Amino acid sequence: MLILEQALNGLQFGLMLFLLAAGLTLVFGVMDMINLAHGSLYMVGAFVAAWLVALTGSFAIGVVGAVALTFVFGMALEIGVLRTLYARDHLSQVLATFALILILNDGTKMIFGNDLPLSAPAALAGPVELLPGLQYPAYRLLILAVGLALAALLWLLVQKTRMGALVRAGASNRTMATAMGTDIGRLFTVVFGIGAALCAVAGALLGPLLAVQVGMGENILILAFVVIVIGGIGSIRGALVGAILVGAVDTLGRTLLQHVLREFLPPQWASAAGPAIASIAVYVFMAIVLAIRPQGLFPARGG
Amino acid sequence: MTAERPGAATNGRAGTLVALAALIAAAIALPWLLRAFGLDFYLSLASRIVVYAIAATSLNLVLGYAGLVSFGHAAFFGLGAYVTAILITEGVQSGPLHLAATVAVAALVAFVIGAISLRTRGVYFIMITLAFAQMLFYLANSVKGYGGDEGLSIRARSLFAFGGQALDLKNPLALYYVALAVLALALVALARFAPSPFGRAVLALRDDDVRAEALGFATYRAKLVVFVVAGALGGIAGALSVNLQGYVSPNALHWTQSGTLMVMVILGGVATVWGGAVGAAALLLLQEVLSATTEHPEFWTGWVLLAIVLFARQGLVGLWTARRPPPLG
Amino acid sequence: MSAARTNGPLLAVRGLEKRFGGVVATEGVDLDVERGEIHALIGPNGAGKTTLVAQIGGQLASDRGRIVFDGDDVTRLPAHQRARRGLARSFQITRLFKSASVLDNVALAVLAVAPRGIRAWRPLARDAGIFARARQALDDVDLGAKAANAIDMLSHGERRALEVAMTLASRPKLMLLDEPMAGMGGDESARMERLVGRLRAGTTVLLIEHDVDAVFRLADRVSVLVGGRVIATGPPAVVRSDAAVIAAYLGDEAA
Repeated sequence: MLILEQALNGLQFGLMLFLLAAGLTLVFGVMDMINLAHGSLYMVGAFVAAWLVALTGSFAIGVVGAVALTFVFGMALEIGVLRTLYARDHLSQVLATFALILILNDGTKMIFGNDLPLSAPAALAGPVELLPGLQYPAYRLLILAVGLALAALLWLLVQKTRMGALVRAGASNRTMATAMGTDIGRLFTVVFGIGAALCAVAGALLGPLLAVQVGMGENILILAFVVIVIGGIGSIRGALVGAILVGAVDTLGRTLLQHVLREFLPPQWASAAGPAIASIAVYVFMAIVLAIRPQGLFPARGG
Repeated sequence: MTAERPGAATNGRAGTLVALAALIAAAIALPWLLRAFGLDFYLSLASRIVVYAIAATSLNLVLGYAGLVSFGHAAFFGLGAYVTAILITEGVQSGPLHLAATVAVAALVAFVIGAISLRTRGVYFIMITLAFAQMLFYLANSVKGYGGDEGLSIRARSLFAFGGQALDLKNPLALYYVALAVLALALVALARFAPSPFGRAVLALRDDDVRAEALGFATYRAKLVVFVVAGALGGIAGALSVNLQGYVSPNALHWTQSGTLMVMVILGGVATVWGGAVGAAALLLLQEVLSATTEHPEFWTGWVLLAIVLFARQGLVGLWTARRPPPLG
Repeated sequence: MSAARTNGPLLAVRGLEKRFGGVVATEGVDLDVERGEIHALIGPNGAGKTTLVAQIGGQLASDRGRIVFDGDDVTRLPAHQRARRGLARSFQITRLFKSASVLDNVALAVLAVAPRGIRAWRPLARDAGIFARARQALDDVDLGAKAANAIDMLSHGERRALEVAMTLASRPKLMLLDEPMAGMGGDESARMERLVGRLRAGTTVLLIEHDVDAVFRLADRVSVLVGGRVIATGPPAVVRSDAAVIAAYLGDEAA
């Protein structure tokens, strides 16, 4: 039962990672741009959500409002700063987006303070009995539901719409994408905005679980990069599979490893080594995947 | 060779030599200059600049010259700091031993990481180096015996003994000069490396390593050598750093630290001898000025960096010299 | 040119194969290149020429087969070691060192095969021997006047010539030229053709080209690659009138 619960936790974390990874993989896949500030959009979403929830008293309004505002903010960021970076080399992009992290982190601190409280809505505070003997927090079920719904929605968007087709084409052949000129420029602003909105969903939903604080983006950003590298840069499907795998490895790693280690090591060692090895496990997993399939699981890039 | 006025080369070189001499004199005289103005307090800032100049220069070797975007370079810096701190904690105070251990460990780890990572390219290389660095970060976080996530403080410092004299890095003056000497050696070595056949080969493989290999250069081996040397130098910077701060935390290995080092290199100018040093000085001074004048130094640092990326493309050194490396012959 | 080590062909390829996933790029490729000849490899797009060149050059590892160069089995050797043994290649899509001048590019090619290895102390600029050889190679391709230029100041044809110069500069036993005339118009094409013709005097050439007429003028022997396999080999006149070749490739192109 514990394993089932942890598996659900892993799936839930994975789905949230997917929301971050989706936007990131498109930015990297289509525009070949390294955006270190992607995690900051996640943070902005979380803070705005926390603020709106405190303001209105409604969790739903808080989340929806945060998503909308971050969507607009993402587009503004794209038009204002990021666009000029597409043509630049990777190092310049690193420098610029690193600078953005500094600005957004401190900017958030200035406006909202170092952290904000955000709790799950009272209605979802209790557990739900999924199976006889298996209690699972209702809030986490919400996250799972939202995550799955958004994944399905994204799949529809990418596979079935014209916009999605353009984006997929761009992801597999960047020169073609840039040759398409202004058309893809405007399209891309919207795509970037959607990516930002997805970050906000993840930030708002994970806020009650992981704490809303300045700098929360940096740690999850790395995992998002690991996800898209495992999944294949430019591939949404890859981002989903990669995210679920990473979520599973990370979550199961943390819990199962503790149990396994306790069998062999004195307890204080097990509780120290466990989290460390679990954190490392994700990277080892990435290294293994890359060793077998260097382009990732579902490489979108053809040429 | 390149389109310049005939006299410009000699005038330019004379000007550069004068500037260089002035800079060296100022660097050596700095502690006394500071004391004369009652600014002793700033000696530790100067030392910190020198230490980070060494670290950034080591990254420039890998990033600027070899074109390897290593997002895990802070790991070597942190390793050097931890090795030294752990030795001091265990009662070993000998400076030469600290140095030897730092270089050995950093070089070995760089060899392992490099041997594996250099088989990948592009963004995959970035991610793998990052992954290794994060592994070391989590490792540092979990060593409960040596501070764990709270970091490790040390009371003593490295001790260098010559004959009857002892050079204790607890003395801020000693630390400053030792660091300065290391930086000077590093810069001289880099200045000799860059125009040498090996240096030119490394720059070539940065431009196009497939072509370089097809011509006959053992590119994997060359990159690995550069990676290991850079790692060792980064470790030395870390060892000096822990002597300066008296403290090391796992944050020293975090990817954001690697990012900061990269910012210094890019800011100063990739593939230039002075790029790391200039970038380190510029960033640290900027942060210092902003800390003193605003409530939110990071915020304004970000804006300045953004402005530089958008408007001064070649980095600060690029503003002083021509952008391309000088012709070979 | 160094003395021949064996009496056999300079390059002997046997049963070479490369697959990408389920797609067969080259299969059972047999190819001989005799010393001193210009041997051309032609074939339609998608025939596997690019893959084969990469396999011979060392950029791609082969799944099956052998490559014997000057008597040594080089199948498992990395590209740089093949180059050091005298197997030099040029690239179809020009690959030059953009931050170096024209002369420097060629000098690097000479440096790459330097017998004593690469040192790290004396400036490269002091090595007169390397630069003398580099200038010679530039003169051989008529680029001597542009030695000090930056790469971005060269025309497309000049860049292709520089590609050849870099391949030439190491004084290779075998030059593997990958579509040297790619993207060239009439005049530039003719110049490149004359250049390749001159190469016969000093080295052996395996020429991959799309321009069938130029190939038939230049080559001593021609091999035709279709669908990843060599379907014909022989002097131009023979290959040109081979029924299988006409059917598979030349049918639409021959007069």
